[in-house]
Amino acid sequence: MKIGVFVCLCGSNIAATVDVETVAESARGLPDVAYAKAEMYACSEPGQAAIRAAIEERGLTGVVVASCSPRMHENTFRRAVERAGLNPYLFEMANIREHVSWVSLDKAANTRKASELVRAAVEKLRCNRGLQRSRFDVHKRAMVVGGGVAGIQAALDLAEGGLTVALVERESSIGGKMAKLDKTFPTVDCSTCILGPKMVDVAQHPNITLYAHSEVESVSGYVGNFSVKVRRRATFVDWTKCTGCGLCMEKCPSRKGPDRFNERLATTTAIGIPFPQAIPKKATIDPDACLRLTKGKCGVCAKVCPTGAIDFEMADEMIEEEVGAIVAATGYDVFDPAACAEYGAGRHPDVINSLQYERMLSASGPTRGHVVRPSDGREPGTVVFVQCVGSRDLSLGRPYCSGFCCMATAKQAVLTRDHVPDAEIIVFYIDIRAPQKGYEEFVNRAREEYGVRYCRGRVSSIYRVGDKTVVRGADTLLGAQMEVEADLVVLAVGGQPSEGARALAEKLRISSDQYGFFMEGHPKLRPVETNTAGVFLAGACQGLKDIPSSVAQGSAAAAKALVLLSRDKLESDPQVARVNPKRCIGCGKCVSVCPFGAIRLVETRFGTQVAEVVEAVCQGCGVCNVACMDKAIQLDHFTDDQILAEVNALCREWRVAN
Amino acid sequence: MSGMACSELKIIGFLCNWCSYGGADTAGVARFRQPTDLRIIRLPCTGRMDPLFVLKALLGGADGVLVSGCHPFDCHYSSGNFMARRRLEVLARFLPVLGIDPRRFVYTWVSAAEGAKWQAVVTAFTETIHELGPAPRVLDPDDAPLRFKEGREIWPT
Repeated sequence: MKIGVFVCLCGSNIAATVDVETVAESARGLPDVAYAKAEMYACSEPGQAAIRAAIEERGLTGVVVASCSPRMHENTFRRAVERAGLNPYLFEMANIREHVSWVSLDKAANTRKASELVRAAVEKLRCNRGLQRSRFDVHKRAMVVGGGVAGIQAALDLAEGGLTVALVERESSIGGKMAKLDKTFPTVDCSTCILGPKMVDVAQHPNITLYAHSEVESVSGYVGNFSVKVRRRATFVDWTKCTGCGLCMEKCPSRKGPDRFNERLATTTAIGIPFPQAIPKKATIDPDACLRLTKGKCGVCAKVCPTGAIDFEMADEMIEEEVGAIVAATGYDVFDPAACAEYGAGRHPDVINSLQYERMLSASGPTRGHVVRPSDGREPGTVVFVQCVGSRDLSLGRPYCSGFCCMATAKQAVLTRDHVPDAEIIVFYIDIRAPQKGYEEFVNRAREEYGVRYCRGRVSSIYRVGDKTVVRGADTLLGAQMEVEADLVVLAVGGQPSEGARALAEKLRISSDQYGFFMEGHPKLRPVETNTAGVFLAGACQGLKDIPSSVAQGSAAAAKALVLLSRDKLESDPQVARVNPKRCIGCGKCVSVCPFGAIRLVETRFGTQVAEVVEAVCQGCGVCNVACMDKAIQLDHFTDDQILAEVNALCREWRVAN
Repeated sequence: MSGMACSELKIIGFLCNWCSYGGADTAGVARFRQPTDLRIIRLPCTGRMDPLFVLKALLGGADGVLVSGCHPFDCHYSSGNFMARRRLEVLARFLPVLGIDPRRFVYTWVSAAEGAKWQAVVTAFTETIHELGPAPRVLDPDDAPLRFKEGREIWPT
């Protein structure tokens, strides 16, 4: 083998704390290394050209690049060596940036470490063999999980792009959080007026199949060929017959069920349509509130339904979907302020959260758009907003900024002025975060034009005196204690990953961060991809964001899925397990440990059993490689020999270093 | 490095590509300073982690071995980290039988987001190994009784 070693300076990122010339010099002494050179930026066009030129001119048969993490640029360099006619798997990377130059300032130790990592990479490369990618068919169909504004946008873009789409929504209507909002900032647009038409488009688009009141049960398969089981939860109403007339809602005698769409500000009937613009506009029975389903009596809805759609015997239904790509757009949940006992949410009736207030502002909400005190229904004279409830609070395990609450509060303060012209409006805040287009101007308008009083300081406690709610806090700009007798207190709650996000991450085999938000492939360069090929992210499930960003990410995820599925065939990763039939004794251990069912036992012509790997199904985890007692099954590119070559190389260096 | 009197020792890390390797990258990107003794080998999954790799390293001259993978229920391949846990638990119990100080081997869970945790894990383990000092070397890496003698004989290049 003729190996070329390229040591990247990465400007000063590596060169500042690693002596790259020494690393290249030490590489020249390694077995099979024919050429070693330091490169300014190996990943740049001239850097890649130098690698290609060296391969062609010197007849190199293997390349090692010592630079950044292979998670960053392995594919870049694989493509570069492939263009020079080399098999892309005759290439190895040594990570001397993230694991060396950036974690220590000790140049001598770093240089030694980098040289050893290069040696390990060279030793591994000497055991590599060229691997061939195979090609497989894809399903030209995508699934979007979550029907909030991000999911709606993704589904519509995918459908417009020519793919068929399955949209799965847990609630009985799509629309998500945005459907609950009265207005949107900073334009004070009517939320329903801009979301409603999109929801109708989803319902009417010939390429979209909508599964409302459904959840993802399980996911198997791999990029291009996912097989998803969707559980359609029983609605107890035959949606093919339901016309959405609402007669059942009028007659239902059970009216004490919590109204989840109105954030429990009101109660609702056991059967019903969550809101007037719901898509699909179909009735659903809440089995916990329905008298017929809990006590066996009643059945009024079945009597009044003009189409006979009510079916009390309905059970959950399972549907199999075959899709090529999946977009996760599961959104967020609002923080439950009951965890902040000092604010009295849940104990004091006139302390509500910002989403409840939004329902109160909405003309289709429980108060028909009138701002009232929940305790007595009177119009409030003083309305206090408290910012950063469940955000930027280490004691609650939420050190992050939720991003949208500053602007939501400014919008609600402005709307409060419209609803109650002579109200006193006070906002307690820590900092105002208004970095997007038109946001800062909007906050200033709230202050100047709408007379909203902004007090910089955190609220320490909220308590009840008579029929007033007292907000105690500080104005840190004046350096004074503040006590405000409020009629209505609105807690601007932050967000958290939606319930069930973790379970979905497990099914999709994607990672979550420490809070439970889904991890993107790369924070800068792969913001909507995940580390699982074919699974994309859109909206607040990836990190809290406002509506414009969610819509943008929905479109971005759709574009990525369209790019993926624009090809008729995909290339498989050849780093899969391979059986040596001469060594295999057919014990079947590998079959039992494989999490993907990618290995099966086949009979040889001698009547014995031997394992066989289904390449398209194998994901390359290597569990079988360890389980095999005879080492007859080896994971290509991570064979025992290759890993032990690295171990050997690192152990051998030990003697030199000490 | 500060606080550590003796010179560098040899620690080999086996890291899952999807989580801990990314976590080590995250720590690097955030410039979290770490001791320089660790050398990382990338695996597709800790399910690929053969317990014999640990033995090979510890007998061959490494002073410590660190294996790090995904948190439970966070495995890219659904269950590889549980496989690893079973295998490595058994291995950890056998190390004293083989005359190897069990403190020289640690396996842990670090996600790709946990750069600070990675820094803490590396720093703590390196300190432990420095307290234990250099390990006796039993094998010469060039003669390879534990080598599986697979690869090149079986897979034509």
